[in-house]
Formats: sequence, structure tokens, C-alpha cells
Amino acid sequence: MIFEPEYECMPRDELKILQFYRLKRQLRRVYERVPAYRKKMEEAGIKPEDIRSLEDIRYLPFTTKDDFRENYPYGLFAVDMEEIVRVHSSSGTTGKPTVVGYTKRDLETWSNLTARVLAAGGVRKNDVVQIAFGYGLFTGGFGLHYGAEKLGATVIPVSSGQTKRQIMIMKDYGTTALVCTPSYALHIAEVMEEMGVSPEELKLKVGLFGAEPWTENMRQEIEKRLGIDATDNYGLSEVMGPGVSGECIEAKSGLHVFEDHFYVEVINPETEEPLPEGEWGELVITTLTKEGLPLIRYRTRDITRLYYEECPCGRTLIKMSKPSGRTDDMLIIRGVNIFPSQVEEALLEIEGVSPHFQIIVDRKGYLDEMEVWVEASENIFFDSMKKQKELLDRITEHLQQALGVKVKVKLVEPKTIERTAGKAKRVIDRRELPSHGRKD
Amino acid sequence: MKVEQISVFLENKAGRLAEVAKILGDNGVNIGALSLADTTDFGILRLIVNDRQKAKQVLKDAGFTVGITEVIAVEVDDTPGGLARILTPLAENGINVEYMYAFVEKSSNKAVLIFKFENLEKAIEVLKANNITILPGEKVYNL
Repeated sequence: MIFEPEYECMPRDELKILQFYRLKRQLRRVYERVPAYRKKMEEAGIKPEDIRSLEDIRYLPFTTKDDFRENYPYGLFAVDMEEIVRVHSSSGTTGKPTVVGYTKRDLETWSNLTARVLAAGGVRKNDVVQIAFGYGLFTGGFGLHYGAEKLGATVIPVSSGQTKRQIMIMKDYGTTALVCTPSYALHIAEVMEEMGVSPEELKLKVGLFGAEPWTENMRQEIEKRLGIDATDNYGLSEVMGPGVSGECIEAKSGLHVFEDHFYVEVINPETEEPLPEGEWGELVITTLTKEGLPLIRYRTRDITRLYYEECPCGRTLIKMSKPSGRTDDMLIIRGVNIFPSQVEEALLEIEGVSPHFQIIVDRKGYLDEMEVWVEASENIFFDSMKKQKELLDRITEHLQQALGVKVKVKLVEPKTIERTAGKAKRVIDRRELPSHGRKD
Repeated sequence: MKVEQISVFLENKAGRLAEVAKILGDNGVNIGALSLADTTDFGILRLIVNDRQKAKQVLKDAGFTVGITEVIAVEVDDTPGGLARILTPLAENGINVEYMYAFVEKSSNKAVLIFKFENLEKAIEVLKANNITILPGEKVYNL
């Protein structure tokens, strides 16, 4: 089902016209009402009227998390506080929290967008939706809550935590759709197994998961263990919360971006130049309709790619791939961008290799050198040196193919790799001059 | 016919071999024979011990990666030409030795050779056909 087919299935040339009209309106508003934006645009020597096509957006300055900090708490709002009816914010674990404000109309838009996400993920009016996202300042719970109500579904606002209770509610209240993070879905599956509750005892049909990156393997595992169709959805609180994009249950590949409300670009995070369709880079979002807190070219730090393909669901919207990581994690080795997640994926493709690894980057002379330390678990340990070396060569060859740089693979004894709070520390960068990286 | 050998993954850094020896010693495990294959980064330590289950357990508990592999122990007179008498028929039958190491038996003054072949079964056949003594595991562990 498509919640707003008049927008979600709009011919692309009409959509572009709508986007341009909304962009111009948005630019004029922020220029007039948000001093921080006006200052940035003046510094860049650009005025709203200089933007004559959608492509001209590339001349506008970026907005980053630092802008939120400098204008904390309400400095980026484009309306008077009396127009703001809701505030959400980030946890602020890495500094001052980012504060976002919504007008009445923003909330209306947000509900429509999360209703679109839910409909795309297979939720219907007669469904019982259990929202196991946290409610409160975090946007996940409330965001999808209002969307599910808008759709006319029955909402169980159980919030996060208390897994056994979640399972009891799923069973007794007849939940058909589960909304939470993908890792929590797997946790629920585990606890169900411990409790001896089988998926057949539940009415669960679909799951809509988001708020963290997850892999295709995780999808298959969740689907198998909970007996559901699982889809991904994406959003971030600075931009809106959930409701920026979502997968359709028909294709389950790629998240449709709601382009009538968000203009999206992918840029090279180093050069800051926009990349052609299909290339991986940092997602940059411009909000086209937000009133309370409009954002121009907001750097999400999420890594994805944008591509257009005809989708069996009928939506004409561009798709983004499941985000593969964050620019914060990115390493540049001899000019090549590398994400720890790529290394992990490549290692897991080799039978028996455990996911415990560490990347050590160093600079010898002027050249970056990358070592990948892999723990020699029993599965990949041989008594024969020949076999051991063959395996080492195979891992090295496979990583080099996947990453496009020279890699030295080193086998280390188990537990050599530092673990902080149970989680392995993925990267040790010994180079003296970090060549990139924006600090929080 | 076959003998179980313990193999241990070692990083090539000071004190690792000593650590293995100490753990085994502290737990009353006796090492009958050993060999170490090494590269610049890591080594593979192979051991014949009197109690391999215990050896495996205590080393694993200490965080080492441990494997158990089947090898063959062959007894030969400790005289010139002894090794050649064994290797020649193997070579003639196209059997490749993956690795080997040797030690001298205290009581009988005979040499014991530990062999790893790619094809253990075929190697056993050839050795038997040439009247070469293959030692049973129980005997080797307690040498």
C-alpha cells in the first residue's frame, strides 16, 4: 500500500519542479529568519536568488553538527517559540545535545512521512503495531507512533526495554507489526527462545527496523527467527527523526527517499564535491518543507549511495542503500577511503574467520601502511605451515580485492585485540598527522 | 596406528614458548617431543605429550589456540641410513611429507620419527609393506 501515491509515485520531472519550488521558498525563509544561515550565505557570497536550478544547490554552504552547538539551543529555529509545539533532542553524550523544534505543521508532515514508512513496510489499518523504540526526547518512539495512528493502525506504545514483558504483550495483545532497532529485534528473538516461545505462537507479520546500521545478513536472521518480513527505515533527529526514507516490502532493497520533503545529495566527504548517482559517499540532506528547524545541506555523516531504479512497488522516488557506516569511522589509506565495516564484511566472507579483528594504520616514511590483525581461532589454525600460509594469503588477497589497497594480514593469538567494554576496538591509527576527521 | 599431536599457535614474541612450557609443567603434563615451525610473525608449536586432553584444556584456558592432529610415529634404528630407509619407499610411492621431527628413545636407543603426511592412510600402507615399525599412540605418549 502507498500512503500518499500523489507524491510517492509522482512523475520525476514534476517532482523536480516541486522540489525546486520548495527549495526556493525554504532558502528565502532561512535567509530572512535565521541569522546563522544568513551569515553563512553572506560569507559564501551567495543569495537565495542566485540559486536558479536544483543543481545550483552545490554552491550553498553546508550545515554541520557544529552549527547546532554554536547556536545551542534554539538559534537555528526559523519561527518564534510560540509556533514551536514540540522539542526533541539528542542524548548529548559527545557534547552539547542537538535540539530540534517542530511546528504544528511539522508534526503533521512528520506523521504523514512515518505513515508512509509503515505502509511501505507492510503495515495496514487493521494491524496492531508494537512500538519498542524509546519514547521521550529520542525521536524514534513518538515519530512512528503518530504515523501508525495516522495510518489508522492500533498502537501499543510499549517503549523500549523489559523484553519479557514485550514478548508477553506480543503474544497476548496479538501484535502484528514490531517497530524497534534491528539489534533489539534479535535480542527479542533470543529471549523468546530462552522462554520457549516459538514465532508460531505470535501473530507477528512484519518488522520495521531502524535507528542503526544493519546488514543484509541481519535481515535474514531476524526474518528467519521471528518469522516476519523485515524492512529498514532511516531518519535522523536533526532532520526530522524517522521518516526520511524507508524500504518497501515488495523489493526490500534500497530505501525510498521522500524527495518531496528532502533533497538528497551524496558527496565525497574529503573534497566535499557532489558525487554522481550510484557512488558511495556522505549523505547530505536539505529539508524542503520544515518550518521549525529548516536545514540546508546538512551533513549526516552517514555513508550511503543514491540510485534510481524502477521499483515493483510503483514508487518513483530515488533509493538510498542501507547506510554502511559513518564518516567518523572512515580511514584514508593512500588516498583510498576504507571503512572498518568493509573489512569486517570481507573477513566474514571467508569460512571460519571470526569477526574479531583490528586495523592498525601506520606511516612508514610517506606511505600509509595498513595491517589487519585477525585472531587465530581454532577454525583457521592448522598444524601445517603450508596450509596456514595458504589461508593467510587467501585472507590477504580477499581483503585487497575488497578494499583496493595493499594490506598486510597478521594472525595474532586470541584476546590480543583490545576490547573496551566487551566491544573490540576496531582501529588503531598510529599516524602522527590525522589526515581527516571532524571531532565531536 | 595414529598418534595425536597437540599444536599451538604462537605469536612470534618473547616469552610465548616459555609460557606454554610453564603452563604444561605446572599442570603435570610431560612433553615427550616438540618441534616449532616459524615465520617472522608467528609460529606453530607441535607437541607430543603424555596427557593430550589435559594439555589442550589447560592451554585453551590460558587463551591459546590449540589443535589436535593425527600424525604417525615410526621407530628406526639410530644408525646411519636409518632415516633414508623410511623416506625412500615413501618417495617412490609419491607420498609427500608435510613435516617431520625426531627424538631418541631413552630405553631402547632407537630413534622415533613423527611424520605428518597429506595422505596418512596411504603412508601407513607403504610403511607396513616395507616392514617399518609404526608405534601405537599409547606407546608414544609415554616414551
